[in-house]
Amino acid sequence: MTLSMRRATDLAFQVVALLVLLIALAALGALIFDVVRDGIGRLSWDFITGYPSRRASRAGIFPALTGSVFIILLTAAFALPIGVAAAIYLEEYGKRNFVSRAIEINITNLSAVPSIIYGLLGLGVFVRVMGMGRSVLAGASTLALLALPVVILSTREALRAVPGSIREGSYALGATKWQTIWHQVLPIATPGILTGLILALSRAIGETAPLITMGALTYVSFLPNSLGSPFTVLPIQIFNWTSRPQQDFHANAAAGILVLMALLLTMNAVAIWLRDRYQRKVAL
Amino acid sequence: MSVATGPTPPSLGNIVSQRELTPPASGPCKIEARGMNFYYGDKRALQDISIQILPNVVTAFIGPSGCGKSTFLRTLNRMNDIIPGTRVDGTVLIDDKNIYGPGTRVDELRRTVGMVFQKSNPFPKSIFENVAYGLRINGMAGTRTELTERVEQSLQQAALWDEVKDRLQDSALALSGGQQQRLCIARALAVKPDILLMDEPASALDPIATQRIEELVYNLKKQYTVVIVTHNMQQAARVSDYTAFFWLGRLVEYDRTDKIFTAPSEKLTEDYVTGRFG
Repeated sequence: MTLSMRRATDLAFQVVALLVLLIALAALGALIFDVVRDGIGRLSWDFITGYPSRRASRAGIFPALTGSVFIILLTAAFALPIGVAAAIYLEEYGKRNFVSRAIEINITNLSAVPSIIYGLLGLGVFVRVMGMGRSVLAGASTLALLALPVVILSTREALRAVPGSIREGSYALGATKWQTIWHQVLPIATPGILTGLILALSRAIGETAPLITMGALTYVSFLPNSLGSPFTVLPIQIFNWTSRPQQDFHANAAAGILVLMALLLTMNAVAIWLRDRYQRKVAL
Repeated sequence: MSVATGPTPPSLGNIVSQRELTPPASGPCKIEARGMNFYYGDKRALQDISIQILPNVVTAFIGPSGCGKSTFLRTLNRMNDIIPGTRVDGTVLIDDKNIYGPGTRVDELRRTVGMVFQKSNPFPKSIFENVAYGLRINGMAGTRTELTERVEQSLQQAALWDEVKDRLQDSALALSGGQQQRLCIARALAVKPDILLMDEPASALDPIATQRIEELVYNLKKQYTVVIVTHNMQQAARVSDYTAFFWLGRLVEYDRTDKIFTAPSEKLTEDYVTGRFG
């Protein structure tokens, strides 16, 4: 191929890549534009702090918002320690054998299981067998199960990326395995672990199906005030509004989506800030 | 066998006669391997190694790449334990105790047998914390004052103190390659080992940094038993009192360094040190 042809190919691929990117951005842009157009009019302080109502113009989102924040914090509190501990065991302590490979494959598969299956599991195990009822605790436990595979996989990835020379340096000074993990490996892996947690929680906060399955309410006129409270979350509230025939409730749904997006972006921003802070601390 | 020339290790002259200094020494030795074999999976990487390493001298391991010298070094603090699928048989005695015997606490062994690696591996922490780490994990930190003193002392021993005393809280990663390697030496010395194993500690450094490490090694033998693996034969000749030549997983010859480099007994050793192969 001549030089000019190679340059032309290069340019062609650049243009194609740019076009593909624009398609993706355009779809996202259209979606956001549509939601903003429909919902911005309903977005107000009263909407955010209000309770559901039969009249669309008076309905608010406060119980769902509180429920979402409550649930997601609890989910993180369950999924992070359990996920990190499981990953540490698999990556650092577990022997490489048939059982560990079987567990590995299963975890990878679990991350692809439809979320409604987790809802059924939550209903069976947490709500009924463990007697948690249709509570915040049961909801967060269900979502934690959903988040676990992603947290475990990304934590293992982060642990594996810690250079062997750092571990050797620590062992060579007489450190035990746990001292090496706690003082050297985990601090270096933290940014990677947090990234995985962000991804997992971002998925969990948008989940509707598992929570509906396990019995979250759709009309809540009170705030969840304990682990045992019934609750609803933003996606369920939004789903509920969109399924109403009245046009006004659709505007409410759009406004709810805006609140959910804002919550999601805030969460991501906080997590990214945390991650960068750790990254700087590690690199000093 | 005459070994009158060359440096006499200070602590040995009184203990054993000059003649007996020729290994295998009959005097008290610090490290002794007896018929040791080492396997990576099915592959035998070290065959029937027997050697007696004397205290307070610098012993160099030389040999071509893949000859087993680093592998042998890493068996002395059981660093190979962390590589899956490796196996040792035979005995390695340190202070007459078999470190592969039952009841050996590997973490305690590694504290007394310090190690410096080929590629400097400072922790991504401050200079101070790099040196303090070993003290903290071994419960040797004591009070804040004691810790600070011990850190300073170690940095001085490693000839790094003057360069870093005003920036102990800076990242260790901001140091130059040679400084990082001396920091790793300081870190190893902080936990008061008896033995210091060095795996090609200067191979990634420029000549000036190398010279500083070599001077340091030479001074360290007053307090420590030093075993150094090197690719560089001039370096072995400059810093060591004894030299062991490894080839294809075997210990071919072990003798006073001056003898290895001027009048080796084995043809293979002669060919290697004169640069005919390797």
